[in-house]
Amino acid sequence: MLAALVPLPVILPLLGAGIALMLPGRRRLQTAVTVITLVVVLIISLALLFGVDALGTQVVAVGGWDLPYGIALVADRLSALMLVVSSIVTLLVLINAVGQEMADTANETPVSVFNPTYLILCAGVANAFLAGDLFNLYVGFEMLLGASYVLLTLGSTAERIRAGVTYVVISLVSSLIFLMAIGFILAATGTVNIAQLSSRLAELPPDIQLILHVALLIGFGIKAAVFPLSFWLPDSYPTAPAPVTAVFAGLLTKVGIYAIIRTETVIFSESDLRIPLLVVAGLTLLVGILGAIAQTEIKRLLSFTLVSHIGYMLFGVAMGTVEGLTAAIFYTAHHIVVQTALFLAIGLVEQRAGVTSMRRLGGIAVLAPGLSLLFFIPALNLAGIPPFSGFIGKVALFQSGFETGDWLIYVLIGAGALTSLLTLYVIGKAWNLAFWRDPDDVEEPTAELVEEFEERREALAAGKAWKAKPSVPRTMSLSAGAMVGVSVFVTVFAGPLWDVSSRAGENLRSPQTYVNEVIGHGDGS
Amino acid sequence: MTTSFVMLLAMGVMFACGLYLMLDRSLTRVLLGFLLMGNATNILIMLTAGGPGRPPITDGENLSAEGMNDPLPHALILTAIVITFSLSAFLLAMIYRSWRLVRNENLEDDIEDAKIALTKYRSTGEEAGTSGEYDDTEFGDEAQTPIPGALDLDEDGSPRERLRGAGDGFGEAVPENPTDHAEKENMTPEELDRHDEEGGR
Repeated sequence: MLAALVPLPVILPLLGAGIALMLPGRRRLQTAVTVITLVVVLIISLALLFGVDALGTQVVAVGGWDLPYGIALVADRLSALMLVVSSIVTLLVLINAVGQEMADTANETPVSVFNPTYLILCAGVANAFLAGDLFNLYVGFEMLLGASYVLLTLGSTAERIRAGVTYVVISLVSSLIFLMAIGFILAATGTVNIAQLSSRLAELPPDIQLILHVALLIGFGIKAAVFPLSFWLPDSYPTAPAPVTAVFAGLLTKVGIYAIIRTETVIFSESDLRIPLLVVAGLTLLVGILGAIAQTEIKRLLSFTLVSHIGYMLFGVAMGTVEGLTAAIFYTAHHIVVQTALFLAIGLVEQRAGVTSMRRLGGIAVLAPGLSLLFFIPALNLAGIPPFSGFIGKVALFQSGFETGDWLIYVLIGAGALTSLLTLYVIGKAWNLAFWRDPDDVEEPTAELVEEFEERREALAAGKAWKAKPSVPRTMSLSAGAMVGVSVFVTVFAGPLWDVSSRAGENLRSPQTYVNEVIGHGDGS
Repeated sequence: MTTSFVMLLAMGVMFACGLYLMLDRSLTRVLLGFLLMGNATNILIMLTAGGPGRPPITDGENLSAEGMNDPLPHALILTAIVITFSLSAFLLAMIYRSWRLVRNENLEDDIEDAKIALTKYRSTGEEAGTSGEYDDTEFGDEAQTPIPGALDLDEDGSPRERLRGAGDGFGEAVPENPTDHAEKENMTPEELDRHDEEGGR
């Protein structure tokens, strides 16, 4: 019964996309279809998470072809958890985007492809999380990447096309590398089913295993923006519309991380790339955050922190212990939510003040205190200030590192702590310059900012109550507020979330259970 | 498993050419490189299906899979071809849009890069190493050697009109359509505009 739910997170958004595409002129109806689809997907994902956690991994052989020959969709704890987090994020970002679209209709033409494309992106993400064979994973990646190309170049302005070219070409290359790796693996083992690969790859000579392993990791590493392969990200993400950047930053790189987790645990359970991965994780942490220090544009700054914090997840994966994997899974869930919340908050700032450069902003905390709070909470969370989930994730990561204990891991813990402090510095700088400082100190203030503060000064001098112009649409601020609420929720319910991550981590560390559940299903029923 | 050497060689050459083209600045070449590499990957997957000359399915008499070609890679290639095809369509649209926007389908300079190059230029006095004239576009009438009679998709008129607008008096030198060149000689500018508009439709 529960297994019947597994394909729905992929099928429903695709159906919704088809219906939305047939309603080009009718924006309200289109939006309604999209929102309803995503709400249903969220409910199904929650049911899957609770069901899978209680009853164990659910496997569906698509089209009734027996496994391992047919296409498998597998929902284990990790997949279900990622599905739930991604459904929450996609739903809230969609509502935010609808709000912005309604506000922007005056100066931009409405885009009737946005909703269908967005749904295809959701279907692709779900397909990647549920894929039980490598080729289906590739198809999931292509679905979400194809949709992301369209979303990134929405409106096709000169700036977005320029950024889009970089993004598209890099992604195409990464997909080609992934496809080549699949070809090599198929030639070496004769299968693409992940469960079968787990045992067959282990029988290959170690050098061939290493080549296949590295080829796969390079493909995924580009998608996850891991250090030497990360330079495309801060260049392309910030130019997209704010909600699109939010969902890209939150989800797309994490799909890459998810694929890396699968590769490291189930597929290549024997081949060991622990040391190179640890080195790369450390470099990702440091290079990313050093890049963030140099930025004046808040969106670019956040993109660099995104790259940097990928290093934490990679660190957890590279350690390979149950605790390390648990921390990586927990951190991934936390980071998806927090990074999306931050980008949505910055989207509000952009909507309110027109720019996001720290050289041109100042005193936002006076003009829009509520909005500033929406930025402040996830910002502290990202930096890992104690009560928040970012702190819990980092502490768990470092603790599992100390338990494993060799000098390289101690170096990594040092790099992680340093990155955390530098994140705090960067976030503090953004807060001080854009939100906190006196608007008179701003280097190149925008005309609107100067005017608004002038009005405020006059009103206060005349003794009248000054009231800020509410220039941010309510839908946008409410959805961003809900996203921040979810990030706080992750903190409050860190315990249960940690337990689920821990059970998912245990599942991953014993790949034989995964194999038995998938292949056994094919033999048994 | 033995594979066909010719196919293997073709795959290698296509990968090499594709990689070379993808490293170019011109986006059209990047697209061609992507197509070559995509097809080379397809050949790679096809080679995994088994040796050449094997039957795709068994003969029906003895139902063993002995000597049969593995059908799975072919199914995978089919999917990969469709994906490559749709993505190259998108890439083409984007390249065209890029060309429409900047009149130049080359990869643009990154602003951050340019800033760094500029600071270097200031400090050392050397010339910043950005590209010079890149005019190898093959679209429309902007090219150095436009195709006569090709559809003009720009709003800014024919080269002749642009030159006339610029007022440098070389309008006669670039006839955009040799056949009606003679009758245009006797028209006033207003008539010419109308003529060109009608001709363009």
